[in-house]
Amino acid sequence: MLELQNISKSFEGRPVLADVNLTVPKGATHALIGSSGSGKTTLLRITLGLIPFDQGYVKINDQALLSFTQVEWADRIGYVPQDGGLFPHISARNNVALIAKMRGWAKSKIDARVEELRRVVDLDAEILTHFPREMSGGQKQRVAIMRAAMMDPAVMLLDEPMAALDPLIRRTLQRELKSIFQRLGKTVLLVTHDLGEAVYLAEQITMLHEGRVVQTGSYRDLLLSPATDFVSHFINAQRTVPDVSEVQ
Amino acid sequence: MAAMLRGALALGVLVPCASFAADGIVIGGKIFTEGYILGEIGAQAIEASSQVPVTRKLGMGSTGILFEALKSGAIDVYPDYTGTLAEAILKRPELRSLDEIRQALSGMGLTISGSLGFNDTYALAVKEEFAEQHGLHSIGDLIPIESTVRAAFSYEFMDRKDGYPGLVGSYHLSFNPKDVNRMEHTLSFQAIDNNAVDLIDVYSTDAKIKKLNLRVLKDDHNYFPVYQAVWVARKSFVDAHPREWQALLGLEGKISEEAMRDMNAQADIQKISFEKIAAQFLGAAKPESKGWLHEVERRTKEHLWLVGVSLLFSVLVGIPLGVTAVRFHATGQAILLSSALIQTVPSLALLCFLIPVFGVGTKPALAALCLYSLLPVVLNTFTGIRAVNPIHVENAHAFGLNGRQVLFRVVLPLASPTLLAGIKTATIVSIGTATLAALVGAGGYGAPIVSGLALNDIPTILTGAVPAALMALVAHGIFELLGVLLIPAGLRRRP
Repeated sequence: MLELQNISKSFEGRPVLADVNLTVPKGATHALIGSSGSGKTTLLRITLGLIPFDQGYVKINDQALLSFTQVEWADRIGYVPQDGGLFPHISARNNVALIAKMRGWAKSKIDARVEELRRVVDLDAEILTHFPREMSGGQKQRVAIMRAAMMDPAVMLLDEPMAALDPLIRRTLQRELKSIFQRLGKTVLLVTHDLGEAVYLAEQITMLHEGRVVQTGSYRDLLLSPATDFVSHFINAQRTVPDVSEVQ
Repeated sequence: MAAMLRGALALGVLVPCASFAADGIVIGGKIFTEGYILGEIGAQAIEASSQVPVTRKLGMGSTGILFEALKSGAIDVYPDYTGTLAEAILKRPELRSLDEIRQALSGMGLTISGSLGFNDTYALAVKEEFAEQHGLHSIGDLIPIESTVRAAFSYEFMDRKDGYPGLVGSYHLSFNPKDVNRMEHTLSFQAIDNNAVDLIDVYSTDAKIKKLNLRVLKDDHNYFPVYQAVWVARKSFVDAHPREWQALLGLEGKISEEAMRDMNAQADIQKISFEKIAAQFLGAAKPESKGWLHEVERRTKEHLWLVGVSLLFSVLVGIPLGVTAVRFHATGQAILLSSALIQTVPSLALLCFLIPVFGVGTKPALAALCLYSLLPVVLNTFTGIRAVNPIHVENAHAFGLNGRQVLFRVVLPLASPTLLAGIKTATIVSIGTATLAALVGAGGYGAPIVSGLALNDIPTILTGAVPAALMALVAHGIFELLGVLLIPAGLRRRP
């Protein structure tokens, strides 16, 4: 379970996040949605333990971020950066194995884990020998998920996973991501500005606007009983939104 | 790593040995034909009468460098001229006699021999045709054409009080400043031969006066001081090696102006080796030469040593400095600025500054090369790291990599192409700059270049310049190979 409780953060006296609450139950997929400037990137970096915050708690399975070292925290939260964020200088396999190698894992243990994850994300073994520049967007995304899952974290955090993909691939990958998440059985938080993606992948959505949570609920809740005018505006402004019938 | 350690150890152990070799005698000489010949004659005279090994450090640049070398003990003795000693070293141009000068030098722990037998003074020379055309016989005859005459004077002549500044005062000459060029002495002969200039300064025993058909203008005012050739030595050397000093004193009065001019001509015009000229003069057989291949091998070793050590230094010091420069802004700017400033100091001047600290020989040359090779490495490390996408650094932190791991696993590998390019630039520049090391007696490919320049002997210059160019080419190839080995495959261009 991932919990963000009463998170506040100011930069040079200007509030960026105010009293943000967000809970992702164990095994659930949750989307944090907002336009640029909403504070979602700051919240993401706080959740990763990269920047300090002024108030509140970040907890995984009831254990607070501040009671861990950066390494311990990193092993509890697997991060998939925008566009995969693979290191360009090393092969896909070495990208996946890097963190475990830094933690001193034995080679046999690393190889076994890489193989296990390769099957989960359904990637050709040969692709693992490729360098990022030789891979497609979808392949990169899958390798990035393998890397994030390597240390078997309780939570996975994905930043705009589909942003750079073309619409056709996007559709296919969305479907696959969903089943990958199910197979991994992780608690997933997805940060995105794209409502379609949020709706397709997540059961619950938290909408952030000007540093505050404006509404948390299912897509149906957001669509049928928007908490503020902004929620309706945001939903209506999205070009292609699924029909109500497509939503569970 | 082990290789690096060995290199660092070797650096510590060998550098001191390189400049203070054994307890033999070190004989110096200035970088012009006569300096080489006199130095060689002195060396052979000692060798003929003693078993003490003699090291020759001939072609060591200007008076200042030699004098510093003598004082610091890096050389024991070298030939110089009374006028130079009085004017440039003692700063007392009024001293004329040998005794006065010997007494003045005594306070510095130095002494001089008697005159070797000739006076090599400054003189002004023009081409014979030019002299005919303008009716020039003496320096005073230049006055009617003073505004149009084009001159090339050596740096030393321009700056010494008994050179150009005093000369124009004494003769009330006012040349057009635009037409007074400062030039390396050996190049000014080429300039006058090509009619690029009309007037140059010469030494009165210079063989090229005859070769280029120049007319020496008479010094009616007796302006130029007397330049008797003498041996200058440290007293401690004279005391420790009385027999060898006697061998040098045996040459007093033995070399006439005529003999000196002939020997200069043999070297400059007939391209006879200094060793042979000296041997002929001393009536001895020419010392055995080990052949040019051996010579090139020795020069290559010396040159590789200079380039290798400075390269090791630039990597071991430059990369950490570059990393520091990225991390701390103010310190970084200071580091970048000072390494850039070093680069603007002309190499000869830098060598001069370093002699009081390091003496002569390999040490000051290595110090200068190390300083010069720093900038490309520091700057490229800095630029390379700054160009790394900060997203990768943040991601690495998010994955729980510590500062060290981020630097060595992410930042440096991503910056490696730029970094390696910096090291390559440093190496190739070093190979070129190391040729100047010969001016302070460090040897290397510069030695034949410097002596060839003094002789205006292109083939000799080429025996240094061609291997240096080849070494640069080989270095280029090695770095291409290193690129394949060191730059992560993900960053390389596809073949």
